[in-house]
This record gives sequence, structure tokens and C-alpha cells, in this order.
Amino acid sequence: MPFWLEIVINVAFSYIASVGFALTINVPHRALNSSGISGAVGWMAYWFCFRLGMGRMVSNLISAFLIGILGLFFARRKKCPATIFNIPALVPLVPGMPAYQAVRALVAGNYTQGQELILRVAIVTAAIGLGFLLSTMCIEAFYRIKYRHFKKIMLYMKRKR
Amino acid sequence: MSDKHDTKFYQEILDICLTAGRLMIEGGSEMYRVEDTMLRIARNAGAEDPRVFATPTCVFMSLNGGNLSQMKQVRDRNINLELVDRVNALSRQFAAKQIDLQQLKEKIVQVANAPSFPMWLQVVGAAILSATLMVLFMDNYDWVDFPGAALVGGVGFWAYCEFKKYTKVRFLSELIAAMVMGLLAVGLNWLDSQMIVDNILIGALMTLVPGLALTNALRDLFMGDLLSGIVRMCEAVLTALALGGGVGMILKFMGV
Repeated sequence: MPFWLEIVINVAFSYIASVGFALTINVPHRALNSSGISGAVGWMAYWFCFRLGMGRMVSNLISAFLIGILGLFFARRKKCPATIFNIPALVPLVPGMPAYQAVRALVAGNYTQGQELILRVAIVTAAIGLGFLLSTMCIEAFYRIKYRHFKKIMLYMKRKR
Repeated sequence: MSDKHDTKFYQEILDICLTAGRLMIEGGSEMYRVEDTMLRIARNAGAEDPRVFATPTCVFMSLNGGNLSQMKQVRDRNINLELVDRVNALSRQFAAKQIDLQQLKEKIVQVANAPSFPMWLQVVGAAILSATLMVLFMDNYDWVDFPGAALVGGVGFWAYCEFKKYTKVRFLSELIAAMVMGLLAVGLNWLDSQMIVDNILIGALMTLVPGLALTNALRDLFMGDLLSGIVRMCEAVLTALALGGGVGMILKFMGV
């Protein structure tokens, strides 16, 4: 399969998957498209980072960071809480699959595999949480700096006048 | 303590704030957002020194320097972001003085029966979600299982919603939905041996899987809401047990 086709499939499917999940959790109509976009961006960030060999933790952290920033950006534009965009966007990243596989391995008696999977769930969850925390911090710092400079410019213009 | 307002006024604020908090928790919001919204409504209504404590199972609030305090239980938690958005919008309107306290009270009661997407659309959403995520996760673009995952995911989600009406125990409805999914996947594999049971199930279970609950739990923990983080983590572990146990039992019985 050519590389561009893989990219097209990944973008389209992550968008569709985020919108599909948004339908099942009853996201407001005006937020459907934006949550799909941030889902596609997050998944593509993860995909590229993982392909570049950055490992699971760093790729998840970076994509959660991007999703968090996009969510806050959309939240300011559409006047919704940021969670509305973040929850559907996270669906492709979230470690639900290894969590289920871990329990299945335990049920089947493969304890070593189960432990490995549980550890993977913990690592991915921690990475996503950290990414979100970083994004909140960055956005807050960004707006503080922006407002401070904005105020300075306004004062300067007043003085000039 | 001030004598500006009478007890009835404070009682009204308490009622409104607790209802708002309960609705937001039922909608799956983070705890700091719930507490923040409740505090904002109380301050904008003119109450001094409101105090709030929210956990996923209960909301507490006291007003008027601790003279009045109440709590409200939260029995039913799932993700319904429409509720979060509506409460948030009402709180914004109240802060901007577009509606007064009486109107806020009337509107917040109506939020509980906000329209949701029709059932068929939700099932379609679950179906496309499971099919597309299966392709993304497997990474080898396996188109054979694509319709299978869509079918199993849609039917499984529908079964989950139907059983949820009959039992209040969430664990049971998840277990039964997982068993339905396992049976269907094994049946599809029996019809066409090219379909792989594991791939279909990985896609289909994404509709119910507790990854989001885990992530939300961790975010609550990071924000300092230790209690709600731990409670949500317990819930996520229970869901994982239900799903893995249900599917595992079916696969053991069927000998796949």
C-alpha cells in the first residue's frame, strides 16, 4: 500500500472514529466537527511519532498535548467546556484495548502477559494525563504573556496619544 | 453572616447549585469544573463564602458561613456531554445577567431531559467507531474483518443500552454486552473462517472499553481531586473486569 494512501486512510478513519464516538456519548451538534478534527490531529501525531521510533510513551504524550491545546482553542472559539472536544478526540489513543486484553490474558491463565499489559496500560494512561497537564499549563502561560504584552502595547499607545 | 437575604433565598441557591453539580457529574465532567461552576453560580447569585465539595457519588455544598448545608447523591454516572454543555451555557448566561435566578431554576430542571441523538444514530456511531478503530489498531489494513467489527460493535452497543434499562448494576449490563459480542464474533468466525475473532473483538469492544474512564481518573488525580480519581479508577477497573471476563468466559466455553 503506498504511503500517501496510508496517510489518507489514517486521517479519514481517525476523524470518523472520533465523530462516531461523539455520537454515542451525545456531544452537542456544533461540536461534532471540531472534535473529529482534533481526534484526527491527535491520532496522526501519535502515528508519525510512533513511526519515527519515539516509543509509546513519548508519542502518547505529544498527541495528548496537541489534543489538549486544540481542545482549549476550540473551547474558546465555540464557548463550550474543553472536555467536549477532548473526550471524543482521545478515543483512538486511550489504552482500553490493552486493559481488556490484560483481563483476558488473566482469565486465560497467561499471568506474565497479563502483567505486561497492565504495565502498558499504566504507562500510556500516565503519558496521556501528563500531556494534558502540560497543555493546560502552556495555554495558561501563553494567555498570561499575551495579555501582559497586550496591556503594555495599549499603555504605550495611550502615552503616545 | 449577613441579614441581606432570607433563608428561602439561600435554599433556592443551594437547590440550583446542587442540581447543576449533579447534572454535570452525570454528564461525565471533571471534578474541578463541577466545583468551579457551582461556586460561580452561587457567587453570581450573591451568596457570600460558598463552599463546595464534589465526588463522583455525592455533591456537598454549604452557604451563608456554614449555617446551611446540603448534599445530593449521584446514582447514575455515564458520559453525556450535552448535559455538561447545557449547564455550562446556563451558568454563562447567568453570569452575563441574561437570565435571573428564577429563570435559571426553571431551565436547569429542564436540562435533565435534554434531547439526545436517536438510538439508531448512536448504534451507527458505535458501528463505524469499532470498524475504523479496528483498522487503525491492527496496522495491517485487514479489510476482511471490517464489516464484522461494524456489525458486532453496533449490536453489542445496542445490547448494552437495552440491558441498561432492566438492571441498575452497570457491571451486569457490561458483562452481558461483552458476552453478546463474544458470541457474535465466534458465530461470524464459524460462518467464514477468514474472520479473526480477536481482531473483531478488539474493534467492537472499543465502544465500551474503560480507557477514557482511566484517563479521566488520572486527570482528576493530577488536579488534586484524589478521592474522585480513586473512585473513577475503581469504576474503570470494574468495567475492564466485566468486559474481559464476559469475553473470556464465552471464548473458553466455545473452545476458540
